[in-house]
Amino acid sequence: MAEKILMKGNEAIGEAAVVAGCRHYFGYPITPQSELIEYMAKRLPQVNGVFLQAESEVAAINMVYGAAGAGARVMTSSSSPGISLKQEGISYIAGAELPCVIVNMARGGPGLGSIQPGQCDYFQATKGGGHGDYRNIVLVPNSVQELVDCTVLAFELADKYRNPVMILGDGALGQMMEPVAFPDKAAEAPAKPWASTGLKGRKEPNVINSLHIQAPDLEKHNYHLQMKYKTIKDNERRSEEYRTEDAELVLVAYGITSRVAQSAVDMARAVGLKVGLFRPITAWPFPYEELGRLAKTARGFLAVELSAGQMVEDVRLSVTGAKPVYYYGRTGGMICSPKEVFGIVKKIMLGEEDK
Amino acid sequence: MAEIAFARPESLRDVSFHYCPGCHHGIIHRLVAEVIDELKVRDRTVGVVPVGCSVLAYDYFNFDCQEAAHGRAPAVATGVKRVHPDNVVFTYQGDGDLASIGCAEIVHAAARGEKITTVFVNNAIYGMTGGQMAPTSLPDQVTTTSPYGRKVDLVGMPIKVCEMLATLDGAKYIARVAVNNPANMAKAKAAIKKAFEIQLSGLGFAIVEVLSTCPTNWGMSPLEAVTWMEKNMMPYYPLGVFKTPEGVAK
Ligand SMILES: Cc1ncc(C[n+]2csc(CCOP(=O)(O)OP(=O)(O)O)c2C)c(N)n1
Ligand code: SF4
Repeated sequence: MAEKILMKGNEAIGEAAVVAGCRHYFGYPITPQSELIEYMAKRLPQVNGVFLQAESEVAAINMVYGAAGAGARVMTSSSSPGISLKQEGISYIAGAELPCVIVNMARGGPGLGSIQPGQCDYFQATKGGGHGDYRNIVLVPNSVQELVDCTVLAFELADKYRNPVMILGDGALGQMMEPVAFPDKAAEAPAKPWASTGLKGRKEPNVINSLHIQAPDLEKHNYHLQMKYKTIKDNERRSEEYRTEDAELVLVAYGITSRVAQSAVDMARAVGLKVGLFRPITAWPFPYEELGRLAKTARGFLAVELSAGQMVEDVRLSVTGAKPVYYYGRTGGMICSPKEVFGIVKKIMLGEEDK
Repeated sequence: MAEIAFARPESLRDVSFHYCPGCHHGIIHRLVAEVIDELKVRDRTVGVVPVGCSVLAYDYFNFDCQEAAHGRAPAVATGVKRVHPDNVVFTYQGDGDLASIGCAEIVHAAARGEKITTVFVNNAIYGMTGGQMAPTSLPDQVTTTSPYGRKVDLVGMPIKVCEMLATLDGAKYIARVAVNNPANMAKAKAAIKKAFEIQLSGLGFAIVEVLSTCPTNWGMSPLEAVTWMEKNMMPYYPLGVFKTPEGVAK
């Protein structure tokens, strides 16, 4: 691991992708992630890679499909409205079981929304997004360093499971500057004997495909996908806890909001309130078991997010009705302040807040 | 020893097509396969196949293939080609696929001069979904979504894809052919071969539009369909070479 350098979130993802062996990037500009596409435009030619600005997000994700099918470590990035356009391709990529990394530096929505940070794409990212029964692995880092670590991890997981991996950040993380260190490299990509590289002496042609025109065939394929998703659920849940040992109220927050929530925890602790933070690092698979365990000791949970209440549903599923689950959030690109969250915490702990 | 005059190309698998009687998709598949054999590039070819009646083309072609989403074949082919520039990459697309939902993708692949080849099958209708109007349907042509005939004052005139793409510098070879008789089949094959040679020489984008029949959705016998195509499609979609790079023999 090299020394630390100061870098903007979006650019750090780009460099991490290069470190991870990504040599192909296809994207389309959109605020607040444009520094990433710009970084790739500059960086990839320096390492004999391919950068291509597509004519649309639809084209970009289909270029990713082609490149992934041809065996490359490949990435695309966008922000909310662009990710909506990519959903068609993501569904095909999931169906064809191709590895790729998709970055969503989310902003406020719906529609054209705002260019300020948002977490309102949580449902879209974790529950499918496109058509069909499929899942993306969704990583939700909360610092520039973690953007780097998650990007490297994303390429490894994508190859390991032959599945799309999404890094769900937000406009604030993409824009902020922090010191980061890069690993030397990622784990080698596994051999890809299934890729469409041209026969090159192979007897049987490789076909990259998500069409199973006979219903029993598609059902069989879907069972196979669901088995894979179960393996991912069993093995890839990631989360972090902060001062939860004796917490009576556990805040649950991810990404940028987890930093706000952590400050609120400190403010609460300073006045003797037993409050902690649970932070998912994988939003899918959601760390249900890990969070659920806290229901044995905590008296309540508070989901804090930049949406009208999306992750809170996973918090409720984790707690399975054992303890009250409260929600606090802002939308539209507004970020809550630690003081604001601390205010809610106080109310809950003094029994003044509705569930 | 007797000479084999007519054998299955190696690039075509030994299975029967699912196409309707009189449909030209099968003939066009065969021409593509013959060309790939003759150019001796089967070992490095990746076909990108469409959504449409030829959605199962990967079951017929005997080389690597990728199935693309409706209209997105040029983008998928771009991804493949950028990873393996030495591969021979082609898209096979219907008119609904290429001229409607995938119009942006084909225009931009051509504009970029993407070093891929496109085989564009124009049967003036949506075959697979049961005969709806295509951007290539002729004026007054009756389809299931233009039951009173294509009204050009409401939906415009059909798109002439070759003429449109010929305005783009990145497109190096553009031809329109038909497979309605043996002479035209020979010309079609030559054009498809030229389009692949353009790719092999790294010049840029090449497309061959093949006028084709859909007896089923036109509601005609195979013979009537050929006659209808000759009488109605050929005048609006003239055969010929629209663009060819200088110095490359026709
Ligand atoms: C996104 C999307 N929209 C619509 C369809 C339905 N669809 C399947 S084939 C087709 C038309 C194909 O027509 P064409 O490209 O002309 O090919 P042909 O069947 O005539 O060979 C349509 C609309 C689809 N599969 N995906
Ligand atoms: S529906 Fe038309 S295009 Fe499709 S296979 Fe039949 S004849 Fe060919």
